[in-house]
Amino acid sequence: MAIIEVKNLTIIFDMPNNTRITVIEDINLSLEEGEFVAILGPSGAGKSTIVRAIAGLIKPTHGEVLYRGKLVEGVNPGISMVFQTAALFPWLTVLENVEIGLKAKGVPPKERRERALRMIDLIGLDGFESAYPKELSGGMRQRVGFARALVVEPEVLLMDEPFSGLDVLTAENLRNDLLELWIEKRIPTKTILLITHSIEEAIYLSDRVIVLDKNPGRIKQEIYVNMPHWRDRESEEFVRLVDRIYSIMMGKPITTTKPPRPERYGTPLPHVRVGAIAGFVELIAELERKEDIYKIAEDLNMDLADIQPVIEASELLKFIDTTGGDISVTEIGRVFAEADVLEKKEIFRKQILANVPFIQQIVQVLQNKSNHRMPIEFFIELLETKFSTSEAQAQMEIAIDWGRYAELFAYDEDSKEVYLEEEVPEGEKV
Amino acid sequence: MIYRAIPLRRVKISIIDVGIILFFFAFIYGIISTAKDWKEIPTYTLNISLSPRNLPLYAWFSLLRQFLAYILSLLFSISYGYIASHNKTLEPFMISLLDILQSVPVLSFMPGVILGLIAIFPHGRIGVELGSIVLIFTGQVWNMAFSVYGSMSSLPRDLKEASEIFNLTPFQKFLYVELPYSIIGLVWNSMMSVAGGWFFLMACEMFTLGERDFRLPGLGSYLQLAAIEGNTKAILLGLGTMIALIVLIDQLVWRPLTAWAQKFKVELTTRGPVPTSTILTILQRSTILTKFSEKINEFIEKITGKFSKREQVERKVNPFPILKFILLGVFLTVIGYASTRLIFLISRVPVHMWGDIIVSDLFTLLRVSTAVVLSIAWTLPLGVFIGMNPRISVVMQPIVQILASIPATAVFPIILMWLISLKGGLSIASILLMLLGTQWYILFNVIAGAMSIPADLKEAAEIFQLKGLEKWRRLIIPAVLPYLVTGAITATGGAWNASIVSEYVHFRGKILMVRGLGALISNSADKGDLSLLAASTIMMIITVTLINRFFWRRLYWLAEEHYSL
Repeated sequence: MAIIEVKNLTIIFDMPNNTRITVIEDINLSLEEGEFVAILGPSGAGKSTIVRAIAGLIKPTHGEVLYRGKLVEGVNPGISMVFQTAALFPWLTVLENVEIGLKAKGVPPKERRERALRMIDLIGLDGFESAYPKELSGGMRQRVGFARALVVEPEVLLMDEPFSGLDVLTAENLRNDLLELWIEKRIPTKTILLITHSIEEAIYLSDRVIVLDKNPGRIKQEIYVNMPHWRDRESEEFVRLVDRIYSIMMGKPITTTKPPRPERYGTPLPHVRVGAIAGFVELIAELERKEDIYKIAEDLNMDLADIQPVIEASELLKFIDTTGGDISVTEIGRVFAEADVLEKKEIFRKQILANVPFIQQIVQVLQNKSNHRMPIEFFIELLETKFSTSEAQAQMEIAIDWGRYAELFAYDEDSKEVYLEEEVPEGEKV
Repeated sequence: MIYRAIPLRRVKISIIDVGIILFFFAFIYGIISTAKDWKEIPTYTLNISLSPRNLPLYAWFSLLRQFLAYILSLLFSISYGYIASHNKTLEPFMISLLDILQSVPVLSFMPGVILGLIAIFPHGRIGVELGSIVLIFTGQVWNMAFSVYGSMSSLPRDLKEASEIFNLTPFQKFLYVELPYSIIGLVWNSMMSVAGGWFFLMACEMFTLGERDFRLPGLGSYLQLAAIEGNTKAILLGLGTMIALIVLIDQLVWRPLTAWAQKFKVELTTRGPVPTSTILTILQRSTILTKFSEKINEFIEKITGKFSKREQVERKVNPFPILKFILLGVFLTVIGYASTRLIFLISRVPVHMWGDIIVSDLFTLLRVSTAVVLSIAWTLPLGVFIGMNPRISVVMQPIVQILASIPATAVFPIILMWLISLKGGLSIASILLMLLGTQWYILFNVIAGAMSIPADLKEAAEIFQLKGLEKWRRLIIPAVLPYLVTGAITATGGAWNASIVSEYVHFRGKILMVRGLGALISNSADKGDLSLLAASTIMMIITVTLINRFFWRRLYWLAEEHYSL
């Protein structure tokens, strides 16, 4: 029997403006004994929501979470968790932080101290027992997070992006230490669930990778990693798997349920400023040949999660083409990359009007109004029928950024209005 | 390093407010109606001697009263804050109530509190003593309760989740997570509150109700008597003792406490100078104290161990939902009854008096506004200067802190001696007292605001050669404004409260008063005119609340939205 089973899990959040956002939809997964599973997805795919639902911190809207066949109500009794921020209590020492879970369980002081010290030893924190979290480096702090989670000897260890706040070397070091404890069975943990946005990390550590789609978060595909530990990141097999998962994440959607042409401003604009798009297209144009997206991210020393919106935006404006995990620059993209500032604006303007219905609509509205001015509230309200309040705000900000750059319209921060440029009397300009 | 309380967001008046106002009417009635029976109550009067030999003992008494009132405030604010942040049904009610209680002038509580306690303890000093302690308590508890509520309801999400994941019991969660997280705010607010306690000490140790004269031995009554007799030497001696005491407490209590509170900061990076205290270091090195704190920990452990069995804390479903409704019904009936009684009480105020109340209100409003404008006028440039020059702020902060801790009411008699012969002297003195009592809130906040300007913005201003007026407009005002408004809210509330002690004074055996709402409140308390006391108190509360909601809070959110960094 699976230790954790998630059945038809759907979570919908009620937003303050009476809209409802489906964060994750119809998730089915199980964690078997001895398995190390990674959930991989772009930001906004609801990864953290899934792990919190399994932990019992969030109640499912539909569906259920089972621990050893029993429905989880309240906090899941079989789990422990490592947080992205470590979430240590700053006023407690390392030892007291590690002891806290045992204290809650009512373990007597003497036994508690012994177990905590043993775990501190195991996780490599020896000598830091009486230090406060403030005195520790990020990596050491996360070690305390691990010790605190492991000392209660959970059957299931949940990890919510535990390495993403750390620098490259520290993260690698901690990953290997954890893997060693796991492979050599020096901790009684029966199964581990890792949340991550790094493909490489998922493949390096786990036996099975669950790839999520976003808006709403759904399982796109599950991939088994059939490589023995310790895995070599440079090996052909490893690289091929990275490529494969990458094209699953980025490539053309596998499901065909989505309409090919998004309805009016229905698809969100990627959260990217114009400068990043221009820079990225120039970079791709210089590459001469098709390039693997994953390699580009690595060359740029960027996280895939960070670069992904830039790729989406460039593709939306038809500056690049991504097929099967490779990027190439389009005809118009090449012209854009080589153009001077004014020409760039001109091309950008054309591409926006052809491909971004929402901005197109803003321009139309402004042209139709007699004073050519409109409070952005108006557009935000339109957006709110599709997005959450904060997302609607973000969408508007991006539309303003793009529209301003393309000189389609201007924006007055004080009155919070967009307007057509020529309407400003000379005297008012600062 | 100032703890900055953020005003409530809500500006509109809702149905809850109506409920609060009714409840509040009931509350005022409860307190004031206690005073109805005051004529039957025996009076306890004690002779205060102005001999300097008595000063140490008097100082000790005052200190003890302050201490007891503070302990009471601490217990109350932690419980109130905890309940308000944990009970979703009561939360809006409790918070609006706190908001209003905050603007009730201390002295309006006096007749009810004192006479009620004397009725319970008719013999000896104990009733008056308790009354005095409760009065000091009402002057300092509200902002502390606000701070605890604020901290407990804004617990960082990851810490909250961690305590749930590890199954902490409610008591453990309180002890290891919620209370520690509230400490910093609580310490800063305690300092402010205790300073407020010294401010009202004179009023709380010696007062008259009708023909009854109540006095307690203490520094406050010593100073007040000295003022009444016009004994300059005694005033100076009393003032000196008080300042010495305050500086001593600052060094022995607040310094170590603020340094210790650093431990409870959640931010993992340190910015700016960290408060230190030699006394704290000495205490921490003491073996006896270490042993002692270990013992306390073990003791707490034993208690919490009792609660740690999960099944004991699992919440039971309320078996009697009807009981809830009955309680609510009783509660509403009592409130309804008391509010009508209060309205009846107020209705006995003759119509022409209402005109007087409103005119007095306007006079006091004028004084308060003058005081606040003057405060801003001098503290803004100075505060910005101190805050933007780190080296100066190291030297100036402690000096400003000590100056700020001298209670203005104690200096007041000296000011009066100078100004009394002038035309409109009391009016000027009254504004001066408000100024002395409240400017510090603004100054502290402005310093904090100026210190919060990021170094890169300062550098940018220099590179673009922003100077003079332009620099103020583009850099300083935007950065400082939210802080300034926060300070001004506290200052305005304080100034209204100060009007009660400054518009109506006993001095050199005479009663001096100017037209104003504060004078009206003091006078009606003095004469035992409960109707007038209730009416003028309510007028003050309404004025303060309206000004806060419709002026300061709007300004605050405007500043926050436009200029927040």
